[in-house]
Amino acid sequence: MIKKYLLIITCALGLALPAIHAQAEVDKHARNLAGSCAACHGTNGHSKSGMPTLAGLDRTYFVTALKEFKSGARPATVMQHHAKGYTDAEFELLADFFASQKVGKKH
Amino acid sequence: MSINRRDFLKMTVAGIAVGAFPGIAVAGSELLKKKGQRVVIVGGGFGGATAAKYIRDWSHNKVEVVLIERNAMFISCPMSNTVLGGSRKINDLTRSYDSLKKKHGVKLIQGEVTAIDPEKQTVMLSKGHLSYDRLIVAPGVDFMFDQIGGLDAKIADEKIHHAWKAGAQTVKLRKQLEAMPDGGVFAIGIPKGPYRCPPGPYERACQVAHYMKQNKPKSKVLILDANPDITSKKGLFMAAWNELYPGMVEYRPNAAVLSVDAGGMVAKTEFDDVKADVLNIIPPMKAGAVASMAGVVGADGRWCAVDFITYESKVHKNIHVIGDAVAAALPKSGHMATSQAKICAAAVIEMLQGKQPEQDPAIVNTCYSMVSDTDAVHVANVFRFNVEKQSMVSADGGGVSGKRSAEEGAFANFWLDNILDDVLG
Ligand SMILES: Cc1cc2nc3c(=O)[nH]c(=O)nc-3n(C[C@H](O)[C@H](O)[C@H](O)COP(=O)(O)OP(=O)(O)OC[C@H]3O[C@@H](n4cnc5c(N)ncnc54)[C@H](O)[C@@H]3O)c2cc1C
Ligand code: HEC
Repeated sequence: MIKKYLLIITCALGLALPAIHAQAEVDKHARNLAGSCAACHGTNGHSKSGMPTLAGLDRTYFVTALKEFKSGARPATVMQHHAKGYTDAEFELLADFFASQKVGKKH
Repeated sequence: MSINRRDFLKMTVAGIAVGAFPGIAVAGSELLKKKGQRVVIVGGGFGGATAAKYIRDWSHNKVEVVLIERNAMFISCPMSNTVLGGSRKINDLTRSYDSLKKKHGVKLIQGEVTAIDPEKQTVMLSKGHLSYDRLIVAPGVDFMFDQIGGLDAKIADEKIHHAWKAGAQTVKLRKQLEAMPDGGVFAIGIPKGPYRCPPGPYERACQVAHYMKQNKPKSKVLILDANPDITSKKGLFMAAWNELYPGMVEYRPNAAVLSVDAGGMVAKTEFDDVKADVLNIIPPMKAGAVASMAGVVGADGRWCAVDFITYESKVHKNIHVIGDAVAAALPKSGHMATSQAKICAAAVIEMLQGKQPEQDPAIVNTCYSMVSDTDAVHVANVFRFNVEKQSMVSADGGGVSGKRSAEEGAFANFWLDNILDDVLG
């Protein structure tokens, strides 16, 4: 959380650090978890096909979607089988990871 | 946790156990001058190509990656059954390795690995050798032709195709299907598990039946399954056979093909001799020969035991194995190979820096199967590392499609586009 504020502050101040910063910021556990989603949703959530894009999704929307896939409140063809395999804490980690992917950028 | 930090450091420092490889002479010269830390990957399929790309990207291009692959082009097995059904051509499934080289700086060597010396940390090719700090073995499968009398690699290439590596044989099998008379029999022989892509043979039966329904409606698909029952998505495949292709698909459990007569086109099981117009016998499989060259095949003589935190071999300390070659209660699929490759890539980067890899991996597998030209079904599971069992265990909540649908057919095609881009783009 603190790291995130620092990042926001750095960005707000317009310091030219974000490239290096973004690399150092990546939570490797989240990155590795997200790796398995790429087969369907594209590398880092950048879909190249008709699958939904995850990159840049609002984190609250993202967490709600996964919780609803898990409970069955949101009907799905396949996501219920994935969502049920993760904890709510992991939903948050994944949400942070995908929300921080820049839209329009490939990697 | 399988290894504590101290053990882990000890392991890295101690290096590899000295193996029994006295006969291997390091041939020729070093093909590429080695400057920094180098990972050599053998096999540029789903597993190896993914590991190559992700080690480059996740190490911010600091680790040198040399990828050795015998084929000039990547041809996707996933969706290759639709070449038999007619909705795709093999070219639609063929990709180049250009992006791996140009965008990610992977050094690609097209060639055949002929020997590996785990002690000298060297990989041999006919034209020279390459030394490595860490080796990733990702050779996919080889076929155990000796398990089926009368069958060998030459006959498989010329007459009784397995088409279980997508490419020339896939195209030849499609031609045999086209040349078959109406009223003919297309027999598919399925080996005992574990084999590459559990639902693949049943998907193939659907695709062949789909072709027959349009072109040769009096013909039949005969499935000779060595297993006691349909090994994957049973209800969904049976529904597709009964509803889409009534009377066309015959399924026989416990019907291992023991031998073939290529002249008479006969497959022999324990119970009877089956004459067919097309024989598509899929032989039993084992880890690709590279795994035995590296000395990492387990006691079963077929698959490679690994640590699931790092995919490091249980035999040799700085050799990793990923994909179909791994011994695990995990499905042998393209998606699974990419999922393993990423965990392995992350661990290799950490280990090269003397750091501890992430200890709590969770990975996903999904296999879509096309049951017609439009409709698909899926099986999807999350697998998590289980500390007591020291293995990957299926999490609750996985499962298969409620029913086949065109919606999932579209998703299956989208899946292919995205996974190929993730592996090679
Ligand atoms: C008909 C069919 C349908 C399938 N459908 C699906 C599907 O829908 N979804 C799915 O997820 N999976 C599917 N699969 C399974 C998938 O293809 C495999 O699980 C996947 O390819 C395994 O990846 P791998 O990296 O272990 O092996 P491979 O992808 O086979 O890669 C191994 C590579 O190593 C190279 N190699 C081997 N030995 C040497 C050597 N000595 N020197 C140099 N290079 C070498 C080979 O040329 C090859 O390119 C299907 C398979 C088949 C046959
Ligand atoms: C087998 C393919 C597949 C995999 C793997 C997969 N997804 Fe999905 N995802 C889908 C499909 C298809 C949908 C649309 C809903 C449905 O039909 O299941 C979807 C929808 C979503 C949505 C909703 C998107 C929106 O815009 O509303 C989110 C969020 C999501 N997935 C997250 C993930 C995460 C996180 C992972 C990895 C842990 C993942 N998915 C893995 C196929 C997949």
